[in-house]
Amino acid sequence: MYETIYHRPSSVDEAVALFGKGSDSKYLAGGHTLIPVMKQRLAAPSDVIDLGKIKELIGIEASGDTLTIKAATTYFDIMQSADVKKSIPAIAYLTSVLGDPAVRYRGTIGGSIANNDPAADFPAALVSLGATVKTNKRSITADDFFKGLFTTALEDGEIITQVSFPVPAKAGYEKMRHPASRFALTGVFVTKTKAGDVRVAATGASQNGVMRVPVIETALKANWSAAALDSVKVSDSGMLADIHGSAAYRANLVKVMAQRAVTAAG
Amino acid sequence: MGVEGIGASVVRKEDRRFITGKGRYVDDIKIVGLTHAHFIRSPHAHAKVKSIDTSAAKDMPGVVGILTGQQIVDDKVGNLICGWAITSKDGTGMKMGAWPAMAPEIVRFVGQAVAVVIAETKNQAKDAAEAVVVNYEEFPAAADIRAAIKQGAPQLHPEAPGNVIYDWTIGDEAATEAAFKAAANVVSLDITNNRLVPNAMEPRAAIGEYNEAEEHFTLYTTSQNPHVARLVLSAFYNIAPEHKLRVVAPDVGGGFGSKIFIYPEEMVALWASKKVGRPVKWTGDRTEAFLTDAHGRDHLTNAELALDANNKITGLRVKTYANLGAYMSLFSSSVPTYLYATLLSGQYNIPNIFAEVISVYTNTTPVDAYRGAGRPEASFVVERLLETAARQLKVDPAELRRKNFITQFPHQTPVIMAYDIGDFGASLDSAMKAIDYAGFPARKAKAKSEGKLRGIGLSCYIEACGIAPSKAVGSLGAGVGLWESAEVRVNPVGTIEILTGSHSHGQGHETTFCQLVAERLGVPISQVQIVHGDTDKVQFGMGTYGSRSAAVGLTAILKAMEKVEAKAKKIAAHALEASESDIVIENGEFKVTGTDKSIALPIVALAAYTAHNLPDGMEPGLKEGAFYDPTNFTFPAGAYICELEVDAATGKTSFINFVAADDFGRLINPMIVEGQVHGGLAQGIGQALLEGAAYDSSGQLLTASFMDYAMPRADDLPSFKLNHTTTLCPGNPLGVKGCGEAGAIGASAAVINAITDAIGNNKLEMPATPDRVWHAIHG
Repeated sequence: MYETIYHRPSSVDEAVALFGKGSDSKYLAGGHTLIPVMKQRLAAPSDVIDLGKIKELIGIEASGDTLTIKAATTYFDIMQSADVKKSIPAIAYLTSVLGDPAVRYRGTIGGSIANNDPAADFPAALVSLGATVKTNKRSITADDFFKGLFTTALEDGEIITQVSFPVPAKAGYEKMRHPASRFALTGVFVTKTKAGDVRVAATGASQNGVMRVPVIETALKANWSAAALDSVKVSDSGMLADIHGSAAYRANLVKVMAQRAVTAAG
Repeated sequence: MGVEGIGASVVRKEDRRFITGKGRYVDDIKIVGLTHAHFIRSPHAHAKVKSIDTSAAKDMPGVVGILTGQQIVDDKVGNLICGWAITSKDGTGMKMGAWPAMAPEIVRFVGQAVAVVIAETKNQAKDAAEAVVVNYEEFPAAADIRAAIKQGAPQLHPEAPGNVIYDWTIGDEAATEAAFKAAANVVSLDITNNRLVPNAMEPRAAIGEYNEAEEHFTLYTTSQNPHVARLVLSAFYNIAPEHKLRVVAPDVGGGFGSKIFIYPEEMVALWASKKVGRPVKWTGDRTEAFLTDAHGRDHLTNAELALDANNKITGLRVKTYANLGAYMSLFSSSVPTYLYATLLSGQYNIPNIFAEVISVYTNTTPVDAYRGAGRPEASFVVERLLETAARQLKVDPAELRRKNFITQFPHQTPVIMAYDIGDFGASLDSAMKAIDYAGFPARKAKAKSEGKLRGIGLSCYIEACGIAPSKAVGSLGAGVGLWESAEVRVNPVGTIEILTGSHSHGQGHETTFCQLVAERLGVPISQVQIVHGDTDKVQFGMGTYGSRSAAVGLTAILKAMEKVEAKAKKIAAHALEASESDIVIENGEFKVTGTDKSIALPIVALAAYTAHNLPDGMEPGLKEGAFYDPTNFTFPAGAYICELEVDAATGKTSFINFVAADDFGRLINPMIVEGQVHGGLAQGIGQALLEGAAYDSSGQLLTASFMDYAMPRADDLPSFKLNHTTTLCPGNPLGVKGCGEAGAIGASAAVINAITDAIGNNKLEMPATPDRVWHAIHG
């Protein structure tokens, strides 16, 4: 690791100010991506600004039709939250299969979506549920937030403060774990909104990161059941392919995980 | 047996320091003036080093020295050796290319060191290494066996035309050919044995320390065999004479074979400590472990089985290509030959066997012994063939095996091995009972009715442990003897030190070896200390690998114990004014049998050292040594049965049950044996389902971290049901056979046989990832 200056601000404003002062600043959330690449000398930030202790970034609120999770809330706290379990249990389940206990104690929702790893779990939940990402500057819909592999709509120095999820009628998540990394080899989040709309998002599958799956959305809108997808064929065009899964296999997983997620959603 | 004697599940003495973080590993050692080494490694699989420019780096903060491959050649440090000479079928010797510790000119795998930066801190060494400019001219690479043997393939070493190191055969080709001609049925199978990365928990590390005034070197290293390291470093690498070199292998965090070998980094640390006049430490990181620890397995095999009309096996014919990587590692040549083809008879009476093994160079990390070393590959070939034959002949796989089991011992196979004893039917019976084999068809039918694919797979393995005797292995080309040494020191106050040439790096020797003393003398194991891993303390030893430490190392201790006991009895008889033949040892006391007269061990020991009243002519002291060279290998064997279900929609495998019935002869500590079997099974299942080193066509390792290389985790594994059947090994007085590798040898075939049974498709390669299983089902 190269030398760096570590900061632990106590407010978002202080964090933004520190970011601006450094010549090549990086925000630190759970650190599961940034710290390993720093240790491998693949990243050399001048300043590391730890967002993990900013109180205004931690917490969960459920009010009426909205579940709000602040950005530096850990997976463990999300998994344990009574509000999450009550309003969107699929999110509590998603965090329970995210990484292992050590990961869940440190990893945060804000860190996950800001990094936008193509195999991360949370982007699928945000896109499927039609969440809104709030930053220190603005609000961004999930559809506009994720911009491909490791790329988001965030501007330099912009900090995610919270994510708001509309409480759906039904939602479910299932994933096939990557045998080595335990990321999603492919994961699918399905949502039936209270207005009757269906949104389905897959992670770990596409070469462009999290994606909507229109062919499945159409089938589920007509008939919300796993059986409705039996005859659906998901194209393997544009799918990731590596030693752990061919494009055809991942396309199959999108369908199978969607079916299981629908069953889980009830 | 006593509460701490042979057969008792004594809690491990060494675990207190391990689980409280008080172990002392190489990286924990601090020496005044210590410097830190960072190696500059090739990013290319095959290239020429055109120039190395150190001008910007050498004056950077903290830099103590920068040394290159050319300097190590100029200093006449020897090239790395291979310790087992294999002769090709045409009578020529193996074609070995030169392997300098750092490449002066040609690099042949990604990660091969070309230079080393030594600095005050590791970070300074890394900073300076980034300022060293290495100019490479890239060559085409041969990244796997098929690429290496095809016409026009890139040539790795001028010594090895066509990249072939040797083309070796064993067995009677003509008789085997005749058996196939006369066969009623022939079964053929193409098998890939996947390449594995050992991944010991502790990465390799070394500290070289040179004392100029005494012209003496010390090497602290992560070794399974420090004496062999000293021998090789002295005799072949020209770094230090044996009497001026101390090698210490302190606590070592796992080896699995990968720490048998003497690696370039250890040579460089030692050599560099004299060059820079400061102690030099290198601690590998996990990436370096993936790139430079010797890998395991990596075979391509075609195997055929001939059977007569009664389903008796009449012949076995095997052709194997073995990938040895870019250079020949220390025992690499023996693994796919004498440790592999000699086990191809399995548990079966096979009158005719012929095997051809062609070992090749590729632009990959060198391959050498890894837990099982040749025997897992052999067992996989035999057990996949037996299962395939049963399916082809539509007979029960257990019955086909039983029909062909060897039942008379000793049994001479056509491939050198003479099995001394075993009861293969008993192990199979035990495993079948444990898994309710008879009830499987009903379970399979029930699973099918629920839309699940259920399968069962057998694996009846045999292995050869405690490789021996020295005279025999010498005649087959080995460069070393394979005995073991021990010394038993009874101190003047009666406590005991056992000095052993075996090396414990997770096996629990500090407990099991004490249990022998407790058994013999009746003293508590707290009174016994095991001393190992230091060439200044232990006279000589061959180390720990090949499940040899109980059969060979512990027997050597027993031989020394017998000498100590004999002398102590003489002293006791003298003191008690009794006949030596009337003395018995019980609970730490020497008793005159049939009387109440006794004398405690500490009194005998003190008498030996005060020497005030010893029998006439007796030397003072109570310390004896022994060297033990076994008469034969030992042959642990057993039966594993795996029952599992496959999710057809995802290809995911879920274990239902996994049972093991092993015959290890006498068990010293059943709890430790169980732990060894669990670990071995985890590695065998890991190979079957998860682990596989993959290179791209340019020779880049795609699985160079745990993000891509799937090590088995606890939740990948079933809860094992272990059983034991016992035939005592007649080749050693303890009747022990060795248990360290069995699980890794037998498990893979059971898993693959079960999955292929479940999915009804026999074409499936390891690791059987969900992706591969799904494609095997759906095309």
